[in-house]
Amino acid sequence: MEALTALIVGLLVAGSVYLMLARSFMRFLFGLILLSNAANLVIFASGRMTPGAPALVPYGADAPAGVVGNALPQALVLTAIVIGFGLLAFTLALAFEAYRRLRTMDTDKMRLAEPKEDGK
Amino acid sequence: MISWLLVMPIAIPFATAVIAWLARMGPAGRWISLFGSVLSLVASLALLMAVLENGVVAAQMSNWDAPFGITLVADYLGVVMVVITAITGLATAIYALGEIPERMEKLGYHALFQTLIAGVTGAFLTGDLFNLYVWFEVMLISSFGLLVLGGSREQLDAGIKYVALNLVSTLVFLSGIGLLYGMTGTLNMADLRGAVAAVENQGLVTVVAMMFLVGFGVKAAVFPLFFWLPASYHTPSFAVSAVFAGLLTKVGVYAMMRMFTLVFTGDIGFTHELLIWVSLLTMFTGVVGAAAQMDFRKILSFHIISQIGYMTLGLALYTPLALMGGVFYLVHHIIVKANLFLVSGMANKLAGSTDLNRIGGLYKSSPFLAVLFVVPAFSLAGFPPLSGFWAKYLIVKASIELEMWFVAFVSLLVGLLTIYSMTKIWGMAFWKPHPDGIEPTPDRVPASVRLPMMIPIVGLAVMTVVIGFFPEPFVQFARVSAEQLLDPGAYVTAVLGEGAAAPAEPAAATDAEPVTEPASETGGQP
Amino acid sequence: MNSIIFTAGARILVALLFVFSLFMLLRGHHLPGGGFIGGLLGAVAFIVYSLACGPAEAKAALRASPEGIAMVGLGIALLAGLVSFVFGDPLFTGQWYWVGGDSYETSIFSINSVLVFDIGVYLVVLGGILSLAFAFEEET
Repeated sequence: MEALTALIVGLLVAGSVYLMLARSFMRFLFGLILLSNAANLVIFASGRMTPGAPALVPYGADAPAGVVGNALPQALVLTAIVIGFGLLAFTLALAFEAYRRLRTMDTDKMRLAEPKEDGK
Repeated sequence: MISWLLVMPIAIPFATAVIAWLARMGPAGRWISLFGSVLSLVASLALLMAVLENGVVAAQMSNWDAPFGITLVADYLGVVMVVITAITGLATAIYALGEIPERMEKLGYHALFQTLIAGVTGAFLTGDLFNLYVWFEVMLISSFGLLVLGGSREQLDAGIKYVALNLVSTLVFLSGIGLLYGMTGTLNMADLRGAVAAVENQGLVTVVAMMFLVGFGVKAAVFPLFFWLPASYHTPSFAVSAVFAGLLTKVGVYAMMRMFTLVFTGDIGFTHELLIWVSLLTMFTGVVGAAAQMDFRKILSFHIISQIGYMTLGLALYTPLALMGGVFYLVHHIIVKANLFLVSGMANKLAGSTDLNRIGGLYKSSPFLAVLFVVPAFSLAGFPPLSGFWAKYLIVKASIELEMWFVAFVSLLVGLLTIYSMTKIWGMAFWKPHPDGIEPTPDRVPASVRLPMMIPIVGLAVMTVVIGFFPEPFVQFARVSAEQLLDPGAYVTAVLGEGAAAPAEPAAATDAEPVTEPASETGGQP
Repeated sequence: MNSIIFTAGARILVALLFVFSLFMLLRGHHLPGGGFIGGLLGAVAFIVYSLACGPAEAKAALRASPEGIAMVGLGIALLAGLVSFVFGDPLFTGQWYWVGGDSYETSIFSINSVLVFDIGVYLVVLGGILSLAFAFEEET
């Protein structure tokens, strides 16, 4: 299971790098989304893939009975997904606003805040 | 009670943000923000007193014992960063009274600003790696908002680059956290010290350390990861760029200092050696980049990069003296750089631009502002007896003691080139007459705007001078910080309690795995 | 969207979603559920409403600005954390008062700071997501 997850993470990162090398900011953003999912999977896998029960404590007990999954990475990954969702949604809104105002998604043409080049 | 001293510097800005947001439509918002900044400063000074009295202080949030819950810790380095954050926050809050237009206040400027301060303070105080990530995000999202607030085309252009590169760095940092947890089963920084040293495959630890180096490196804007900084810092309002310049990159440097003295000390020969070269290249490219610029704020932005190099160099050399210099540099640079950006804002108000070709005559018409520029500018370049001299002196002395002549040479050379850029600003903005023939006298700006903008500039300049003339207590403070960084025994004891602390070398802290979760017994076998 | 079926159905759907979101919020601490998922469902309810009847009407139904809701939620969550100061505990320590008993099993219901925190989270999520969603809908 770990090997498969590692492979998927690798594929996601490869895909995201490919997308992020594109000039269109939209593609860059899609690459970021893939990368964010790869990072989330890494955290999730770091808790070990066990075929255990959810980490719920029965009534009256102090610890869960039997083998349970590690709950901490799940909490971490949930937090990371939420934060990632917020940031990516903000970035999408920013990209949209930038497209409306700058009329381009081509990062090579986004040079308003850069120093003026000679001969242009 | 200690617990609440640690919480207050974070909670006050948050509360201020909420109240300032609700009051954003009226004129009350800015005064609430100012009042909140004063309260934060008081709270962080109280924390400083507690740390001076007790040494490292720590508290477990929600009563969850370390290493399971979130711990807030303040050692000397942490607390001085909190205090300096509060000072910078107060200075920019006063400055904003004059600079920030009502339109931006209505968009929620003060709420975003206070959230940023809360995020920065949280990052300095937390003792938990994942919590550090969360504070980074709080900081990041509010800085995104502040950067594009107002929404000029230039700001959007800069915002895209800033957001894109910072998100990548965040994700690298996050993956690093995941891998580190997978290897050790803990995220408490003090606990990690023992757990990381106990990992069998130390090569893997170094790989993860590199991921952290890249993640923090983008935040700190070191070579070759700094491109977002000069692309964006000259576009937002001046108060915003001052607080960005002062604080945001320093959070990256702080995180680096923390992780690479507390956790990743296993392979110093590789990681810190690499960091030396990174630092030298950062210093050099930054200062050369500045030489090519003709815009007040762009020159200053490139100088942030070159100065970051000195701080990471302090960490990279990894001797008590060098780290002491690094800490001193960190504090000195926040004050000086924030001040220079504030001065550039005043110059912009008086002369009408930040493009050096289009302004001038400030020395003749506003000599007071000229003096206030010279103080931080010379301090930045390292003139005695200003604070920058002592900072540079410590770093250079540390490298000479290690007989790293090349490092010392580059440090001095970069200082020299810094003077070149500063004299360029001096000559173009202050010395030569204004190209449009106008005289940028202070009366061009109404007193209600001028006064709040000048007070923080004067205040920060006075601080630079005071640190310069009486460096002894500050150097002593930096010395203790460096000692605590190099021997984190006190830090570990404060977080984990007496029993768990392994005085010098770990191995005692192997009970890191959560005992209530049998599944995690497989930990350590990737 | 000009579909009569959708518009008519949306009203029932929205009401159901919203009630369910409140149910999730209150179910919170001891059973699966909580402020975050509740806030998401609440936001979905308003998004469905705005798809059916237009963003202007959805905003009117919300009554307050979504950013304001999020900020108030942040304030409530912070207060829930700060309340433990009164009891001399560290920040965010849960404060429980059991009505008619002394634990989860024996009491009828409880008054606690955890639920207040969850309500804060609910508002933050609701407001945050809606402000983004409305921003997109207006622009297009």
